[in-house]
Amino acid sequence: MEIKPAGKYIYSDIELDREEGQVIEDLKANSQEPIPDPDRWLDEKLEQNILLTTVDALINWGRRSSLWTAICFPACCAFEMIAANGPRFDLARFGMEILRASPRQADLMITAGTLTWKMAPNVRRIYNQMAEPKWVIAMGACAISGGIFASAEYAVVPGYNRIIPVDVYVPGCPPRPEALIYGIQMLQQKIARRKNIDVRKLLER
Amino acid sequence: MAVRTEPFVLNMGPVHPSTHGVFRMRATLDGEVVIDIEPVFGYLHRGIEKLAEQRTYTGITPLTDRLDYISSMSNNLAYCLAVEKLAGIKVPERAEYIRVIMAELQRIAALLIAVGAFLNDCGAYFTPFLYMFRERERIVDLFEMVSGQRLTYNYMRAGGVSQDLPEEFMPALRKFMDMMPRFMDEYDRLLMQNEILIARAKGVGILTGEQAINCSVSGPVLRASGVNWDIRKADPYSIYDQFDFDIPTQATGDCYDRYRQRVEEMRQSLRIIRQAMEQLPSGPVRAELPQLIRPPTGEAYARIEAPKGELGFYLVSDNSIAPYRCHIRPPSLINLTALRDMVRGWKVADLIIIFGSIDITVGEIDR
Amino acid sequence: MTIPLSGKDVASKIEEKFPGSVVESSQDNLVVKGNFLLDAARFLRDTEGLDLDFLNFVTAVDYYDHFEVVYWLSSLEHNHSLTIKARCYDRENPVLPSVVGLWQGADLQEREIFDLFGIKFEDHPNMKRIFLWEGFAGHPLRKDFI
Repeated sequence: MEIKPAGKYIYSDIELDREEGQVIEDLKANSQEPIPDPDRWLDEKLEQNILLTTVDALINWGRRSSLWTAICFPACCAFEMIAANGPRFDLARFGMEILRASPRQADLMITAGTLTWKMAPNVRRIYNQMAEPKWVIAMGACAISGGIFASAEYAVVPGYNRIIPVDVYVPGCPPRPEALIYGIQMLQQKIARRKNIDVRKLLER
Repeated sequence: MAVRTEPFVLNMGPVHPSTHGVFRMRATLDGEVVIDIEPVFGYLHRGIEKLAEQRTYTGITPLTDRLDYISSMSNNLAYCLAVEKLAGIKVPERAEYIRVIMAELQRIAALLIAVGAFLNDCGAYFTPFLYMFRERERIVDLFEMVSGQRLTYNYMRAGGVSQDLPEEFMPALRKFMDMMPRFMDEYDRLLMQNEILIARAKGVGILTGEQAINCSVSGPVLRASGVNWDIRKADPYSIYDQFDFDIPTQATGDCYDRYRQRVEEMRQSLRIIRQAMEQLPSGPVRAELPQLIRPPTGEAYARIEAPKGELGFYLVSDNSIAPYRCHIRPPSLINLTALRDMVRGWKVADLIIIFGSIDITVGEIDR
Repeated sequence: MTIPLSGKDVASKIEEKFPGSVVESSQDNLVVKGNFLLDAARFLRDTEGLDLDFLNFVTAVDYYDHFEVVYWLSSLEHNHSLTIKARCYDRENPVLPSVVGLWQGADLQEREIFDLFGIKFEDHPNMKRIFLWEGFAGHPLRKDFI
């Protein structure tokens, strides 16, 4: 039987590749500084903190007990996250059983894996598609600072906080599922202290 | 009256629930039928080959863990075999037996995930996947006893393994070996004659033996197409020539055959582990070596039968403490060359299944 | 056991078919000239007794003054293997013929060599970068890339 040699691809668009390459180069040039972490709740004055109403507490309880994750798992940490969703370390008991593919229905992004410059515009686009309020957990050493691959600077982004603002950092390579659950509980405590309604503005009216 | 159609290009992007990681495909479709496909990857290119030139021979072992991250022990084994071939190091016997036990346990764990992910793509959304995770957790517990890690073990060294087995390992392994065949029979009872699986996977994505050899495909995909080639029998490494096991092959080379092939290989691995457990000798587990190895100038290529195919390391040394060039022969990347031929003429839903039956890991493709 | 074929024997066979093609040969491997690569490869694949129809891998190594592209071939039927190399002395624009017509498995691997080293392969159906994006300046695995 004659083996037919490989033919030309019907569609191999070099123009599309060049456009995408340009987007990546622009993003690389613009992301030389890390984005500061969103911890504005640390700066609030004490009196505002006391005025946390029961409505706030109710809203925060609803938000933190039903976090839905968006898919963003490039690499090895993904398997620890799936194991955390599995029957042994059950994440569904925290309300996080949905691991849907659509970022529009999600409010938490757990970034599990090394980020490369080629993937960075896509991650930014997924982050932009999520609706407010949204949070990000950086899982693993590669997500915090580039990890074991940080010396390959030509391809690896040194940490997700160059591209998106990160709320909680979970170290480990890969972190155990228990460590990830601890990180999620820290995020839940952070959400519990969030101010949703500004009582002063309401009283001024 | 004929309707005028024209083909269009669909992008199945890097973030997709069925693509087993960050992998992108540009499919040219005519209606629902796939005409051509162009895979785009590189979204996880971390420069492991470049990093390997700057690290010592022992320091590359953690990097090799992260190649095919669901079968780290096999990657470690291939790399250590390459270093031993280059430097002419002899491995003590107890270490060889421990390596075989670890490699075969790892093969079962990786094939469980492969079969689970394939069934995930076929439509049994997550149920068999999480069932197989239950078995994998038991194997991962055994590995955690030995190396302290759940996913990237860094256990093997050039010249043996890094530490000896603790006392609780062998009783736990015996308990696992008693339980495992019962679970495999349960999966077979539920899945082997399942109507939906047969309707979706039989006859879909056929790869003939000749095409497979021309595309340099290896591993379960090659054996499911009828070619009887397994490196453990044809070019035995370590002490595989002392064990008695069969090489299953299948007839057609469609997706159902690849699924059956992986299940059969899991059973053969159980046979090998049982024999190795009985013959395990005592003795040292690591050869006496200096901290920094300096192999003589030359090159070596060592290959093993990894769960995905033929994994090989090509090392070139120039008598210094770091290799001059370290090339990794990735089975997932080379098995992907057959994707174009297998997919032409099938619909988009079949594309997902065919792609899932090749079983790739993006960490190995992109390195 | 897979028997590695002796480089000298195969070199003498290739030399009598295509005189002037073999640069050097030793027990482990043989080196052919770039423009004879396709003929030698076709000879190795189609000859009875050699039948090297399985291409294990293609890779390249950067020795500072030349590139060396290594092909590791094997035969499933006879269970023997061979290492064959081709050298490329041009640093700016290295070019070699592509073996995709003979072994389709070289498709993605030759794209990888182009991406990381810069060696172009003629008659390849889709010579594009594969791991890095279009517009990336340089070739990372060369020894003079920082």
